[in-house]
Amino acid sequence: MNKADILAHLPYSKPFLFVDDLQEIDENGVKGSYTFDAGLDFYKGHFKDNPVTPGVILTETMAQIGLVCLGIYLSGTAEGGMPGHVMLTSTAIDFMKPVFPGEKVTVVAEKVYFRFKKLNCNVQMLNEAGDVVCKGTIAGMVTNKMNA
Amino acid sequence: MDKPELTSRLKAIITTYAQETDALAHLTEETDFIKDLKINSANLVDIVLDVEEEFGIEIDNDSMSRMLTVGAAIEIIEAKLAANDRE
Repeated sequence: MNKADILAHLPYSKPFLFVDDLQEIDENGVKGSYTFDAGLDFYKGHFKDNPVTPGVILTETMAQIGLVCLGIYLSGTAEGGMPGHVMLTSTAIDFMKPVFPGEKVTVVAEKVYFRFKKLNCNVQMLNEAGDVVCKGTIAGMVTNKMNA
Repeated sequence: MDKPELTSRLKAIITTYAQETDALAHLTEETDFIKDLKINSANLVDIVLDVEEEFGIEIDNDSMSRMLTVGAAIEIIEAKLAANDRE
């Protein structure tokens, strides 16, 4: 599977697609980027008159690039494999810096293990200055069904 | 390794992931990981990975799919340990 195949296989669309581009992907990890559109609806309420990207959205962005793209790649490149869906099962994230509307972030994920259909990754998000804005562990199950 | 020792080492692993303390306190061979202990499929994988490390064995996909109860887990661990001893 190449990068375009993976992006085409993502089950998200606007306003909940948080992947613009993949720079690197192989069996051990993935690197991708996303620019937060300042017009995203949640900025109106988080926070009032003071927009900051919510931690859950940063987590979702890390999951879409670091877990879902890698899970699709790993399941799609396995022998006789079909690119699967990835169901999020756990997250443990620390947040270091705020991400403001319009900022571009890069997500780097390293596979810890992919066994018995469970993918566990160490994931970091960096801002354009190269500072780590958040990092942690994200895991999910690669399934054939969208909502098992 | 005798069965009580094996069971107590398995129980220590399960304790980390079990959501139902009552079912955990009354663990039997019939105890079902998902139904009784409310362990999700992702944590069931972690239990299997911990079992591999604790007992120095390798669990294959077929054994994993049968490992639904405490009794089944004990049986599989015993069989793998016996196979290791024969090597």
